[in-house]
Amino acid sequence: MGARLPAILKDAGLTAFVAAALGIFIVGFRTIDIGSTRGLSFDYEFVDLAIAVATVFLGRLGLQLAAAGQRLPAIALGVILFVVGVSPLKMPSTFLHWFVALGGVALILRGMWPWAQAAIGSAGASPRGVALKQAGTKWFGWALLGGAVLMPFSPMADQKTMDLGVLILTYVMLGWGLNIVVGLAGLLDLGYVAFYAVGAYAYALLSTQHGMGFWAVLPVAGMIAALFGVLLGFPVLRLRGDYLAIVTMGFGEIIRLVLLNWVDLTNGPAGIGSIPGPTFFGATFTERAPAGGQTFSEMMGIPFSSNHRLIFLYYLILALALVTHLFTQRMRRLPVGRAWEALREDETACQALGINPTNTKLTAFAVGAMFAGFAGCFFAAKQRFISPESFVFIESAIILAIVVLGGMGSQIGVVLASILLIGMPEWFRDLGNYRMLAFGLAMVLIMVYRPRGLVAHREPSVRLHPADPGGGR
Amino acid sequence: MAYFTQQLVNGLALGAIYGLIAIGYTMVYGIVGMINFAHGEVFMVGSFIALIGFMICAMAGISSAPVAILLVLLIAMSFSAVYGWAIERTAYRPLRGSFRLAPLISAIGVSIVLQNYVQLVQGARPKPHVSLVSGGFTLFTSDGFDVRVTWIQIMIVMVTVALMAGFTLVISRTALGRQQRACEQDMKMAALLGVDVNRTISLTFVIGAALAAVAGMLFMMYYGVIDFFIGFLAGIKAFTAAVLGGIGSLPGAMLGGLLIGLIEVFWAGYFSSEYKDVAAFSIMILVLIFRPTGLLGKPEIEKV
Repeated sequence: MGARLPAILKDAGLTAFVAAALGIFIVGFRTIDIGSTRGLSFDYEFVDLAIAVATVFLGRLGLQLAAAGQRLPAIALGVILFVVGVSPLKMPSTFLHWFVALGGVALILRGMWPWAQAAIGSAGASPRGVALKQAGTKWFGWALLGGAVLMPFSPMADQKTMDLGVLILTYVMLGWGLNIVVGLAGLLDLGYVAFYAVGAYAYALLSTQHGMGFWAVLPVAGMIAALFGVLLGFPVLRLRGDYLAIVTMGFGEIIRLVLLNWVDLTNGPAGIGSIPGPTFFGATFTERAPAGGQTFSEMMGIPFSSNHRLIFLYYLILALALVTHLFTQRMRRLPVGRAWEALREDETACQALGINPTNTKLTAFAVGAMFAGFAGCFFAAKQRFISPESFVFIESAIILAIVVLGGMGSQIGVVLASILLIGMPEWFRDLGNYRMLAFGLAMVLIMVYRPRGLVAHREPSVRLHPADPGGGR
Repeated sequence: MAYFTQQLVNGLALGAIYGLIAIGYTMVYGIVGMINFAHGEVFMVGSFIALIGFMICAMAGISSAPVAILLVLLIAMSFSAVYGWAIERTAYRPLRGSFRLAPLISAIGVSIVLQNYVQLVQGARPKPHVSLVSGGFTLFTSDGFDVRVTWIQIMIVMVTVALMAGFTLVISRTALGRQQRACEQDMKMAALLGVDVNRTISLTFVIGAALAAVAGMLFMMYYGVIDFFIGFLAGIKAFTAAVLGGIGSLPGAMLGGLLIGLIEVFWAGYFSSEYKDVAAFSIMILVLIFRPTGLLGKPEIEKV
């Protein structure tokens, strides 16, 4: 180790130097408004910068030590950073506390990683471990489903939790819909939120202007969204991966800009309000029934409670999401579903074998868009107010991140990723602005360290020779 | 006629800025084969560094405009270059050899990180800046309409032309340029022949980021206001320019930039300014559908 230490120190020093160069202007000088005419002045934040650079130095030092086999010093460094981070020591901003403490945690984890890996590896290899793992993967989904169904009856189901549940399930459904396009067919779609917007505006316009009900519009919204998918997909689907991604992103932005500027139809940035909520066999979830209708509480003969609406919405989106899931699972067994996966693995080979790539991609695109349309319809009925603000590019990126983080093509991974990416930040609202920062960072880190996602699953659904374990990429 | 000429002048200045950003996209795509989605954010960071640089110059009492501009230009280029280098090193290099879409997804992550990082440390409010260069001259007057050319517009075009000339020399005459062209043709073969591929790719990102920083500085001086979100739109339009000109082709990037700038300005001038971005996006989609190789690009053969 003695001979390596200077090299490691030099490396850490260089990293710190780069960090300082990155931060000196952007972090060191904070521009602030000083009123009307004379523009801006500076707040100097050099202490912040120094602390951050020192953390980067120590962090890099610890990582390099751990990589060189010196795990105990690395863990010690991590503990020091963590203690400094959580200590009541006065730092200029809470963000720095987080930064230092999380850096320490990352170092500790890195130091422990080889042991943890060995422990997990040996446990997984033992006969009991194998059996547990098999049972786990088999029953885990059912356990999650059971938990989701019973959630509204559990004592923890207050309004906040239910709202969060509805939100997570919406993203689960969107993730499953996008999973068809990205995970199964291997088409990177960066404009998925456009179809969501189409579904939402379809319901908003048809219900407020033509008085159509939720259940009548739901299939229509899905169909309109699918139509948009076909319209967009038909010309662009012969493009290769990343060109397709950019074109879909452009399409998403076009839809948003049109919604924003076509004021006669969409009311522009002001959005559409007082959208009617969904009904249960014609019964509304209001306190007083509209003329000629009845409310849910009258129908059931129970006293009115505002929670009924929330619980109904929860089960509605749960059902919609499950329909998406079941549909996908069945599609995967059909020839077209197999063609999707084959296309993802090798497009040229598929063409040689007589699969029409454009038609096959088009079905994936349209089916994915349809489910986004359903979800959008639900979203409009839940929010009762929509505006173009809800359909910005970052939403597409979030849905894509859910699919990628979950492991493209994995259905259970989407659920886990939604809980992680949507549930956690909502729960820890304090994170505030740092939420999106952490989000982007997570996307990069996952790509670097686990490009296959949390639940790596890219095995084709069907195989010619099921016994061959080495065939899947 | 006067109105037309005025739009032409404005479009050329805007197009030059897009062209400078587009070069970063097209170079990286030519060599690594990935869309560097975060490039627009590097442009944004560059404009912030330039803003801060100008403010420091003003505080240090440098009152001569050419000196201040040159100084800030150097600062913005070199410090943005560090961003370009760091992004490549941390977010893209580990992914070389991963599946095709991995770098693009990672790039989207970097873009989100940079946007929120600048928003956090610099605030979300738009930052106004009183430009050192102001005024202009009247080119000609007809139908009671003055065609004005501002000094900044002249400066934008001059800086762009100078940088393009220097850059073309680097690519065609220097060892670095030869190595870049070699990597573009066949990375593995170039490595076998002793080209340091990692270094070449790093330098490509560094050059691209430096040019984007110049564009950022010019953008800030031209419009006089920036915020943390300018990178997204400018990035997409510059990418459109790169695609339009033919991705991988350097003159194509410049040509595409000029065309996009002109289209945007004329659309806003003659039709509606609300839909000028829609026009830019639509052109990108149309070009990709009907002529994916762009105006000056060469057709791409997919190897199996």
